[in-house]
Amino acid sequence: MKRRHEAAFGRRERLRLMKNGLMTGAFSIAGWVAIVFIFLIFLFTFKETIPIFTDAEVKQEANLRKFFVEAQDGPTITDRYIWQPTAETPKVSFWPIILGTLKATIVGLLFACPIGVAAALFSSEFAPLKLREVIKPVIELLAGIPSVVMGFFALIVLATWLQNTFGFTYRLNAVNAGLALGFALVPIVYTISEDGLSAVPRSYREASYALGASRFQTAWKVVLPAAAPAVFASFVLAFGRAIGETMILLMAGGNAAITSLSLLDPLRTLSATIAAEMGEVVVGSAHYSALFFMGTLLFVITFVSNTLGQWVIGSMQRRMQGGAR
Amino acid sequence: MTSMPAPRLIMRGERRALDKFAITLLGLSVAIILLILTVIIGNIVIHGVRQVTWEFISQPPRNGLMDGGIFPAIVGTAALVILMSVAAVPLGVATAVYLHEYTPAEGLKLAWRRFQASKGMAGRKRLFFRAMSALLATITRSAVANLAGVPSIVFGLFGLGFFINFIGRGVDRATQADGEVLWGQGSLLWAACTLALLTLPTVIVATEEALRTVPHDLREASLALGATQWETIRRVVLPSSLSGILTGAILGISRGAGEVAPILFTGAAYYLPLLPTDVTDQFMHLGYHVLILSTQSPDVEATKPLLYGTVFVLLALTFLLNLAGVVIRSRTRSRWNR
Repeated sequence: MKRRHEAAFGRRERLRLMKNGLMTGAFSIAGWVAIVFIFLIFLFTFKETIPIFTDAEVKQEANLRKFFVEAQDGPTITDRYIWQPTAETPKVSFWPIILGTLKATIVGLLFACPIGVAAALFSSEFAPLKLREVIKPVIELLAGIPSVVMGFFALIVLATWLQNTFGFTYRLNAVNAGLALGFALVPIVYTISEDGLSAVPRSYREASYALGASRFQTAWKVVLPAAAPAVFASFVLAFGRAIGETMILLMAGGNAAITSLSLLDPLRTLSATIAAEMGEVVVGSAHYSALFFMGTLLFVITFVSNTLGQWVIGSMQRRMQGGAR
Repeated sequence: MTSMPAPRLIMRGERRALDKFAITLLGLSVAIILLILTVIIGNIVIHGVRQVTWEFISQPPRNGLMDGGIFPAIVGTAALVILMSVAAVPLGVATAVYLHEYTPAEGLKLAWRRFQASKGMAGRKRLFFRAMSALLATITRSAVANLAGVPSIVFGLFGLGFFINFIGRGVDRATQADGEVLWGQGSLLWAACTLALLTLPTVIVATEEALRTVPHDLREASLALGATQWETIRRVVLPSSLSGILTGAILGISRGAGEVAPILFTGAAYYLPLLPTDVTDQFMHLGYHVLILSTQSPDVEATKPLLYGTVFVLLALTFLLNLAGVVIRSRTRSRWNR
C-alpha cells in the first residue's frame, strides 16, 4: 500500500504537477492582458493631453476654453469657430470638427439603422431558410470590406455618382461620407438586431398568432418590441463605431474643417483630423496635445457607448433566459 | 430556434394585401444591401482585375508612384500580418483558455451567492477565491468587449505614445550611444504590435466560442483518467476545438490586414522601393498605398488604374482570408453536434 502511494508521487508525477501549476499561472497572467491594455490605452492617450492642463506654454495655445468656448469675431458661425492650429495665431476651436463628426455620424445612422433593422426583421421572421443562408455571408462580406476600400469607393465612385445625380456643389460632403459610413454600419446593426430578434421566445409568436394577428403584425408589434433592447444596443454600438471610423471619413469627407450645419459642405471629423495632422505635428507642442485630447475624447465616447451597448445586450440575454422558456 | 413555420392565416382582401406589402418592404432592405455589395465589389473587380499583371505584382512603384507595381506593398503587408499573428494569436488563445477553462463556470452572481451562504463552513476561503476569480473574469470580458470598440485611430495614437515614444525611446536611451534612434521610430515591429492589440478581441471571442463547443464529458473523462488540467487542455480541449480557434484567428487576421488607421504613425511608409529586412525597418502597405494613391496623387485620372489594381489586390487578400475562415468553420461545425 505504502509503496504504491509513493509511486503515485514519484519524480515524474511531481514534474507533471509542477508543469500544471506553471501553466495555471501563465494562463492567469494572460487573463490580465486585456484589462491591462485597455487601461494603458487610456493612460497613454490621456498622458499626452496633460500639458493642456499643466504646461504654461501649451496652455496659452490650447486649453479647454479655447477648444469649446472661445470664438473669433465674425458674422456667421463659420467665421467664429475655426480650427487652424498651424496658423500664425493658432485657432483651435473644436466646433467645426465636432459638427463634422456629428453630421457624418447622423447621416450614417439614418441610413444604416432602418435598413439594418428591416433586414434583420425580414431574415429572422420571414425569409425562407435558403434565403437566410445567403443573407448571412452577404452581410459578413460587407463587414469584411476594409474601411480604406470603402473610403476609396466613396471617394472615386460614390461621390461622382451622387454629384452627377443630385448636382451637389461640393463633390465630397456629409451626404457622401455619411452614406459610405452607413454601408459600414449596416452589418453591426443587422448582426446585433438579428441576434436579439432570434432570441425572442417562440411562445410570444404563438400567442400572437393565436390571438389572430397576421405575420407582419406579429413581427412588428410583438417580436420587434420584445427585442427592443437589442435593437437599441445595435444603434448604440453602431454609433460608437461611427464616431471612431477613420479611413472612410478621411478619404470621402472632403477634409475641410468648416463650421457649418449644411450636409452639403465638406467636413472633417475628430478621427480624420488626428489621422491627417498627427504625421506632421511637433511632438510635445500644443497642437500635438490637442490632437491627443481628441483621441481621449474619442476613447471616452466609444468606451461609454460600448459599455452601455454591452450592458443592454447582457441584461436582455438574462431576461430572455430567465423569463419565458 | 430562429424561425418557425408561420401558421396559414385566413386573411382576405385589404388586410392580406397590407401584410404582403409590409413584408415586401422589409425584403426590399435586404435587396438594397445586396445591391450595395454587388456594386462595390463588381466595380472594383471589373476595373481592378485588368490591372493585375505579373509586372504589377512583381515590380516596385516607379516614376513618383505614377507607374510600376506594388511588390514592396505586398511584401510589407505580408510581413506585417505574419508578425501581427505571431503576437496576437497565442496571446488571444491563452486569454480565452483562461476565461473558459480556469474561471468558475457558474458566473459571478452565483459564485458570490455561494460564498455568502457558506458562513461558518469549511472551505469558505476557497469559495471566496472562486468568487474573486469570477469577478476577474467578468471584468476581463468587459475589457475585451471595450477593446473591440476602441476606434482604430486611437490604437494608432496608443502605438505612437506607448510602443514608440515610451518603450522604443526607452530602449534607445538604454542601449544606443549618443541619442541615436533605432527603436524609437515607426517600424514593422511597432505597427505589428499595435495591430495585434486591435486583433486580440476578435481572436479571444472566437476562441472562447470554440472552447464552448467542446462537451464537458470530454474534460471530465480526461480528468478522471488522472490527467492534470494542463494535460487536459493540451491533449483534449485544444485539439478538439482547433478548427474553431483557427477560424477565429483567420477572421481576426483578415480584419487586421485591412486596417490602415493604426499604422499611419507607427511605421507605414509613403514610398520605399527596398524591402524591409529587419523588424526595425519601415514598410509599404497595401491599404496605406490605396490612401496615398487616392488622396496624394498629382493626377488622379492617371493613377486610377494603379489605384484600382491595388484595391483589388487588397480586397482579394482580405476576402481570401475570410473565405478560408468560413470554409474551415463550415466544414467542421457539426463535429460535436452529431
